Amino acid sequence: MAKYIGKRLLYMIISLWMIVTATFFFMRIAPGNPFASEKKLPPEIEANLNAHFGLDKPWYAQYWEYLVRIVNWDFGPSFKYKSQTVNDLINEGFPVSFLLGMEAIFIAVAIGVLLGIIAALKHNRWPDYTAMIIAVLGISVPSFIMASFLQYFLAIKMGIFPVARWETFMHSVLPALALASTPMAFIARLTRSSMLEVLANDYIKTAKSKGLSSGVITVKHTIRNALLPVVTYMGPLTAGILTGSFVIEKIFGIPGLGAHFVTSINNRDYTVIMGVTVFYSILLLVSILLVDIAYGIIDPRIKLAGGKKGE
Amino acid sequence: MEKLLEIKNLEVSFQTYGGTVKAVRGVSFDLHKGETLAIVGESGSGKSVTSQSIMKLIPMPPGHISGGQILLNGDDIVPKTEKQMEKIRGKEISMIFQDPMTSLNPTMKIGNQITEGLIKHQNMSKQDAKNRAIELLRLVGIPMPEKRVNQYPHEFSGGMRQRAMIAIALAANPKLLIADEPTTALDVTIQAQILELMKDLQSKMDTSIIFITHDLGVVANVADRVAVMYAGQIVEMGTVDEIFYDPRHPYTWGLLASMPSVDSDHSADLAAIPGTPPDLTNPPKGDAFAARNSYALAIDFEEEPPMFQISETHFAKTWLLHPDAPKVEPPEAVKKRIRQLSSTFEKPVLVKEGK
Ligand SMILES: Nc1ncnc2c1ncn2[C@@H]1O[C@H](COP(=O)(O)OP(=O)(O)O)[C@@H](O)[C@H]1O
Ligand code: SF4
Ligand SMILES: [Mg+2]
Repeated sequence: MAKYIGKRLLYMIISLWMIVTATFFFMRIAPGNPFASEKKLPPEIEANLNAHFGLDKPWYAQYWEYLVRIVNWDFGPSFKYKSQTVNDLINEGFPVSFLLGMEAIFIAVAIGVLLGIIAALKHNRWPDYTAMIIAVLGISVPSFIMASFLQYFLAIKMGIFPVARWETFMHSVLPALALASTPMAFIARLTRSSMLEVLANDYIKTAKSKGLSSGVITVKHTIRNALLPVVTYMGPLTAGILTGSFVIEKIFGIPGLGAHFVTSINNRDYTVIMGVTVFYSILLLVSILLVDIAYGIIDPRIKLAGGKKGE
Repeated sequence: MEKLLEIKNLEVSFQTYGGTVKAVRGVSFDLHKGETLAIVGESGSGKSVTSQSIMKLIPMPPGHISGGQILLNGDDIVPKTEKQMEKIRGKEISMIFQDPMTSLNPTMKIGNQITEGLIKHQNMSKQDAKNRAIELLRLVGIPMPEKRVNQYPHEFSGGMRQRAMIAIALAANPKLLIADEPTTALDVTIQAQILELMKDLQSKMDTSIIFITHDLGVVANVADRVAVMYAGQIVEMGTVDEIFYDPRHPYTWGLLASMPSVDSDHSADLAAIPGTPPDLTNPPKGDAFAARNSYALAIDFEEEPPMFQISETHFAKTWLLHPDAPKVEPPEAVKKRIRQLSSTFEKPVLVKEGK
């Protein structure tokens, strides 16, 4: 197990290095620079600024400096917000995004799995059709449209939830729902098809032939096996929630990392873009690793390579 | 001998998009305590549906027991509810399925798969059930059962899994064990071991067994009696000797002729039965086997044959046994094995409907 995790960590570092390098060079070839604005800056000032941020040095020196800084968990200053470092932005924005993301993941998994199970157990009857209509809607309606719908009906028309901002728990419900709708629908369909597959399996017949009640069979034999594919989906789910949060945070005016990220792209705020990209990459790589480890624990057939057998 | 199971005129059908599939069309047979009955027939002849009906395990819907009775110790189980069936399944009747690779839950320890039934039917404590599971694993010939009980199915070979499956089935001492092609998915040497084990366990535990197979070759070793099934009906039934040495139905002849035997020197004679079984959505008029039967008479395409009785224990459903039927010779491969059996009646007797 330790050996397996060590190996995975090494791969993670290599992937991260490639991501850092790629972002670094993409940023350089992207047109425009952070100080471009309507007002042309006097050349002396621009030179000064470039010197201040080290932009006057040759690319390999900048690249090396950047690598060294990232290893030290220092993403440098923001180009645009003079008094803030990228680390400040992450420390400030991430807790908000994390809370929103967790809430969305919880909704997506809990409701998605529940819908999927109900649909499969009532296969080809009205609960199945209802759940699948919800699922098709959730998959086909993009999250930003879902967000506007929710804002219009639940906030403006019915006044159940606040329209935007980030203050109380009630403020987080609509953005979390909007963020969760697509993955929730996907999980519902995944759970349903996986449940149906498991239900058709011989071992369900075996369980029945032992005289177990259908409740026990559903809980002990069906759901556990049916949820394995859902666990695998947790990796892509995290990625989906991360990228989805960019738009949703913007729409709901939530001061999260996603909103900062979008702003910094508009501002060509190099260091913020690179820093947040690297941070997101780490987050994603770690969550994929966690999912794989969890899968190995849940499914006894998967022996994490390098682990001792029969433990 | 006491009758454990009595099946009378069982009919099972499936509602499908293509129409109603009449999978079992009037099957009747008895099973005595401690007896082994083999049900033989090509794939699709309704063996699994018949046996799963006995436990009411066929999926309903689309499946439906549309007629007949299944008497277990004289008590009809057809009208029983699911709740009532739960008390019979595993306790009175158990089942072993064909493919040991798929019939065990991959994410549950073997031990727990055995103890589940024990805890339910015998109110055992967890610890007692586990000890019993270890004992059962030892009984079915699994080495190091104390260690194996905590392992998962994927850590077992195919043969070992089928042994574990047998342990699960026998856990609560059922009176009837149904084995649906238990060795078909295994290779030959393992097959022999599993058959040996089943015989051994039967003599120890005195269970009745319904042994389903499409391979007549394994029947002689395990069964007391044989029922030959074709297109949802039993077409011939008798003791092992009667079926092997005095078969009367052309379909049984076909099965015997296509069976490789140790003593057969010209293996070129091996002939599979030509054609395929009929579509059971619209069973043909007359005898379902007529289209594939080189001995078919004109009446075979018109009217279904009745059951004739050849001895106290031997029945066959073919017009060939009718007194007016022409005398026909079975194929060479079958003729060689035919012996005069002392119990045979002088003349086949027509069995009256509603026997
Ligand atoms: N769930 C089902 N739905 C529709 N038809 C079925 C179903 N199960 C079995 N059948 C039909 O019943 C017939 C007998 O099948 P089966 O008992 O499995 O045959 P065997 O076990 O002898 O190979 C087949 O024609 C099959 O198509
Ligand atoms: S009844 Fe006719 S068709 Fe059917 S098996 Fe006998 S001879 Fe063949
Ligand atoms: Mg079958």
